[in-house]
Amino acid sequence: MKFFFFHLMPYAALDLAEAAKYKSVSVLLPNSFYDPAEGHALYNRYLDEMEYADQLGFDGVCVNEHHQTPYGLMPTPGVTAGAVSQRTRHAKIAVLGRALPLLNNPLTVAEEFAMLDNITGGRLIAGLVRGIGAEYHAWGANPANSHERFHEAHDLIVRAWTETGPFAFEGKHYQFNYVNPWPRPYQQPHPPIWIPSQGSRETIEWACDPARKYVYLQTFSPVAAVAKYMAMYKEEAAKRGYQAAPTQLGWSVPVYVADTDEQAYREAKPHIENFFNGFLRMTPEMLLPPGYLSFESMKSVMKSKASITGGNKTIDDLLKSGMFLCGSVDTVRQQIEHHQKQIGFGYLLTMLQFATLPRALTKRNSELFAREVIPGLRHLAEEPAPTEAR
Amino acid sequence: MAVEPHHSFEQVAACRVSVLRGGAGQPLLFLHGAGGAGRWLPFMDLLAEKFEVIVPEHPGFGLSDTPPWLDNIGDVAYFYLDFIEALKLKDVHLVGSSLGGWIASETAIRDQHPFRTLTLVAPAGIRVNGTPTADIFLWSREELARNLFHNGNLAEAMLNAPMSEEEQNIQLRNSITMAKLAWQPRMNNPDLKKWLHRIHLPTLIIWGDSDRLIPPSYGRAFQSLIPGSRLEVIPVCGHLPHMERTSEFVTAVASFIGAAR
Repeated sequence: MKFFFFHLMPYAALDLAEAAKYKSVSVLLPNSFYDPAEGHALYNRYLDEMEYADQLGFDGVCVNEHHQTPYGLMPTPGVTAGAVSQRTRHAKIAVLGRALPLLNNPLTVAEEFAMLDNITGGRLIAGLVRGIGAEYHAWGANPANSHERFHEAHDLIVRAWTETGPFAFEGKHYQFNYVNPWPRPYQQPHPPIWIPSQGSRETIEWACDPARKYVYLQTFSPVAAVAKYMAMYKEEAAKRGYQAAPTQLGWSVPVYVADTDEQAYREAKPHIENFFNGFLRMTPEMLLPPGYLSFESMKSVMKSKASITGGNKTIDDLLKSGMFLCGSVDTVRQQIEHHQKQIGFGYLLTMLQFATLPRALTKRNSELFAREVIPGLRHLAEEPAPTEAR
Repeated sequence: MAVEPHHSFEQVAACRVSVLRGGAGQPLLFLHGAGGAGRWLPFMDLLAEKFEVIVPEHPGFGLSDTPPWLDNIGDVAYFYLDFIEALKLKDVHLVGSSLGGWIASETAIRDQHPFRTLTLVAPAGIRVNGTPTADIFLWSREELARNLFHNGNLAEAMLNAPMSEEEQNIQLRNSITMAKLAWQPRMNNPDLKKWLHRIHLPTLIIWGDSDRLIPPSYGRAFQSLIPGSRLEVIPVCGHLPHMERTSEFVTAVASFIGAAR
């Protein structure tokens, strides 16, 4: 099993009490809440944390793209990835998303990812996402053609990486006479593609297609949803004539480890509650703008009324639903082992810094996880390579 | 209800479109706003005393199909030129509210031969720089209802009206099509302003004086862009004058059309 160190780079200095007076922390909270001196210190602290993750033996670090929000300060994740590339030696660098539908020219992603792949000698993992609903408000991108633009941009990027240019691209949303990017990717035919999602049948059917076999990541979800969607991936792969490998499935989850369950609970409580109730707080209209989900998916969301931003969550709610793993080394190891055996994922993307969790606690959390939790779990999911179904 | 409307489906531009018709006289084509037009409303009934009132549901709205060609407001404008041809309508009095007013404007700048008059009711379609329209996509259902009407009782009535699953489905489809047409640029086409001068039809622009979606100053902007047009501001009225001030609205439309005939 492989372990990645996932960072959101939040604006941890946020005045949460003041921010609570606004309708939403994303998009509508004035950016006067951002203090550049604090931001400078935080960026460099977080880069230190990712550098340290490499030294601790994590298999990779994950950065990502979010706009106009204090919960993630990486609107241009290529900048973070470029900095991380110079501070790490072994870790893969997963850019878990560029949000393709927000872009007017997806070739910028083909170029940026190819640069990172060349600079790192093939340590790049290319995450492709649609972006969360709020980003369609922040960026003026139309949610009603988000799926169309995602698929078209994806096709363009993969063709740009794999076909000899120059060639013409004749799409509905993107048209180019000359597609001929320099550099070409270092990894051939192209960097691994990972697809983070909150769970959707359409995404899974597309990602597991034998022509793609992309790694599917379930992010910030109750463990029941992780199990449901990963089972769906395996079923859909089987329908398409092959057995999905654990290395096609990853779970992204906040984790906190301390010496005892009681200590972990006490130390993590304010920060994990800040994350879900303070930093991620937004209205349903922001989270799910019209057309962002297909008609059928939207219907099922409206029925379940479940969303990661719905209502205040306590640490107990989060532990109960498995949206947060927290406890002593033994507790966390047992939880992960249990879930891995039930669900069968091959990657765990641990978010070991969240919201306001300070530097010292992040450091100890990372150390305990890397030194005490990972070694007992490495052997999991090390199965023989999948075989073609007959 | 004085008039029993006739409901039918018409096949136009490979799109099955749902149409309500009622009354007799010259055709009055009403183009609805973002909320759709599934029901025969009192203002339609009153207008049907003088006109044949024709109320289609736009492609992507209500019971009409979402055709594969539907991408932008221009597609809807051309669709209505096809619709008028298919139904062999002549001397049409074109009336559009909000989104429907935008579609009416876009249709008229392309071809105004089928039309006798144009009535725009708080139309979307342009942006007055420095004066943003409200962001309906950020509003909850409650906020939308309270902002649509000046009269809070109408908002309460809208919120308390029971909604069947089919109506909820329609509302969801309507919102998706609305986003497709109006998300970006928000509720406007930057090119429309350039061509509104082509409209030579007798044109009446109606605005509620306390419209909280599109400010009444937009009415003056439309009036200055459409040669010879007249602006009528209805007092104590929100974004939907035809629903909130039905009798004033019907009187204004009927007398305008009567004078133009």
